[in-house]
Amino acid sequence: MADFNFELVSPERLLLSERVSEVVIPATEGEMTVMANHAPTMTTIKPGVVTVKAVDGKVTRYVVFGGFADILPTGCTLLAESAVPVSEMDAKLIEKRIDATKSELDDGSHSDEHKTRLEQFLAELTQLNGIVVAF
Amino acid sequence: MPSLKDLKNRIASVKATQKITKAMKMVAAAKLRRAQEAAEAARPYSQRMAIVLANIAEAVGTDDSAPRLMTGNGRDQTHLLVVCTAERGLCGGFNSQIARFARDHVRKLLADGKTVKIICVGKKGFDILRREFSSLIIDRVDLREVKRIGFENADQIGKKVIGLFERGEFDVCTLFYSEFKSVISQVPTALQLIPAAAPAVAKTDEASAAAIYEYEPDAGEILSDLIPRNISVQVFRALLENVAGEMGAKMSAMDNATRNAGEMINKLTLSYNRQRQAQITKELIEIISGAEAL
Repeated sequence: MADFNFELVSPERLLLSERVSEVVIPATEGEMTVMANHAPTMTTIKPGVVTVKAVDGKVTRYVVFGGFADILPTGCTLLAESAVPVSEMDAKLIEKRIDATKSELDDGSHSDEHKTRLEQFLAELTQLNGIVVAF
Repeated sequence: MPSLKDLKNRIASVKATQKITKAMKMVAAAKLRRAQEAAEAARPYSQRMAIVLANIAEAVGTDDSAPRLMTGNGRDQTHLLVVCTAERGLCGGFNSQIARFARDHVRKLLADGKTVKIICVGKKGFDILRREFSSLIIDRVDLREVKRIGFENADQIGKKVIGLFERGEFDVCTLFYSEFKSVISQVPTALQLIPAAAPAVAKTDEASAAAIYEYEPDAGEILSDLIPRNISVQVFRALLENVAGEMGAKMSAMDNATRNAGEMINKLTLSYNRQRQAQITKELIEIISGAEAL
């Protein structure tokens, strides 16, 4: 199967850069699977799980908290705000974020648009929490 | 003339100081290496961010649909300065260099009749700027408890700035930090955060595919999601550069201190030996003249 270069970058470091055959990305408008020769696409990402299938068939999963992906026929770059391998994932990490978002929401000094975004983020986080606990 | 005992005490005390400065220098060197690694590791993200941002900015164009964070709100009256300095002193002129640079800027803005607001990141800058502009400082961020600067720290500052902008508290935001050139040279730098100019990126073959990009959701929406992120990334980069600069400055300051202490010990030892010799000579003379008198 054709492979392509996948890079997972968080602000703190380059987490992953290798040849892969398939990547599943939790895009804002639904999950999408990226394979080689994908049409150039730019998409934002919601909190969720990125599944990376390496050339040798090994599957690794990462939990990401928002960001965006830059997809080209020759490669895919995922700029995540924060990314953690599922194996190192701790439910507390998500809960901490949920609490932070809730308190920001309670603050009440934000515009409606910002509020909607926060509420959506909260819903996505809660959903993610359920997924991760299942792992 | 200090007595022999005084001299001995002083030598001991300078030696102790030298040991401390030497240890501090070594600690700073280790921390510098770590800070440089962190700055290095953060580079891919900001580089790719710049490329993506340039692509989208081009796709969206500069019409009215571009987010206000990018175009500004058309005014230039109230300036917000985010001044990043270190939390600790003993690093040569590092903090005062940044503070002086920011102070000159504030004076110029005030002379032009603008309103100035200041957010201080780091205790030392706050201490210096408070003397002159205590009424202008609207907030300070304390990173003293933070052992290792993470993206969250920068994100908090970024969100704070954006929140202030949305409430119309300022029109232009500038970030002050120290750019890490090398261990011995850190250059205070001003970087305009809002309105954010799209970074000019040299086009590679890959990037020129921008024309046929598909955007999901549409480009404008991605852009409005991206710009706040980019502000946090810029702050993050500034904080990392600052840490590296602080450690570099501390290292050379402590190196100087260690060398000075060495010189001082040499001088003190010389006068200690001289005085001891003088005392021995004096005692000998006393004994000899006593023997002759018999």
